[in-house]
Amino acid sequence: MSEQDHDHPHAEITNGDEPPAARRARTLEELLVAKHVVRREDVRRMIDWLVSRSPADGARLVARAWTDPEFKQRLLADARAAALELGLDPGPSPVVVAVENTRGVHHMVVCTLCSCYPRALLGPPPDWYKSLAYRSRAVSDPRGVLAEFGVELDDDVELRVLDSTADMRYLVIPRRPAGTEQMDEAELAALVTRDSMIGVAHPAAPARDGGGPTTPATPGPRSDRVR
Amino acid sequence: MERAVHDRGGWPTDASIDRTEHQLADWEVLTDALVGALGRAGVMNVDELRRGIESMPADEYERASYYERWLYSIEVILTEKGILAGGELDRSLSE
Repeated sequence: MSEQDHDHPHAEITNGDEPPAARRARTLEELLVAKHVVRREDVRRMIDWLVSRSPADGARLVARAWTDPEFKQRLLADARAAALELGLDPGPSPVVVAVENTRGVHHMVVCTLCSCYPRALLGPPPDWYKSLAYRSRAVSDPRGVLAEFGVELDDDVELRVLDSTADMRYLVIPRRPAGTEQMDEAELAALVTRDSMIGVAHPAAPARDGGGPTTPATPGPRSDRVR
Repeated sequence: MERAVHDRGGWPTDASIDRTEHQLADWEVLTDALVGALGRAGVMNVDELRRGIESMPADEYERASYYERWLYSIEVILTEKGILAGGELDRSLSE
């Protein structure tokens, strides 16, 4: 984090590699620590927490929901509690809502006002999620946006766009891909991508051939199917 | 009432979405962590962060990167609370 970590020398103060905001952020930290507004160790602890977050946690929730219908019901009823049940950190947000994609309904998530996102379970949001273009068009042209991400929905699929707030963040449970009946929970979790939990992608197709290639047009297993 | 610059849902645009993945830079993580630490210390909450961001002049908002907006907001809110003096951060930067 510190300037001394740079592996190449450059003139003092001017740092051509980083935007002025970088120096501004570091100077702000120094000021706030000097004023005893925050403690440096608390800032470090927050950094450690932030960099430890990843979509792997959300993927564990989804994989468990795919394999355990009762867990899925608990996840849909209260995602915070379900995360805690698996020993995961649901973060400080008061409400995390899990929604399920089915043959007939597809959910995608946006935060039109800013960038609200279940960061504790998915890691930091991708840049595109915070972009003005996505925030605008996810609402006015959601099917066009999905097509840009490579997802074509059948005309009879209802598309629900969920607008997040700081107090209510969403996690999409994507549809379990066909040909994954023999996979265990860890193998399934590896198929669950970040984008599929935002609702702008399907999970990855299984690498091993378990019944032919899957395409978005092929109806997958029913959402309520028990393996 | 005129629509505020942050209220983007359905904002007329046909701009394509840049899906380039971006690893957060150290200063971006630091800025995020500062907000977290300020929150835990009870100094500033997420609603105040948002209000500060939303108070940015429209052209600046559209030009700024995501965490530049956060930095702007922290400075506005902490100045409002008297924790930073007006222009104090700029003075420290020029020292």
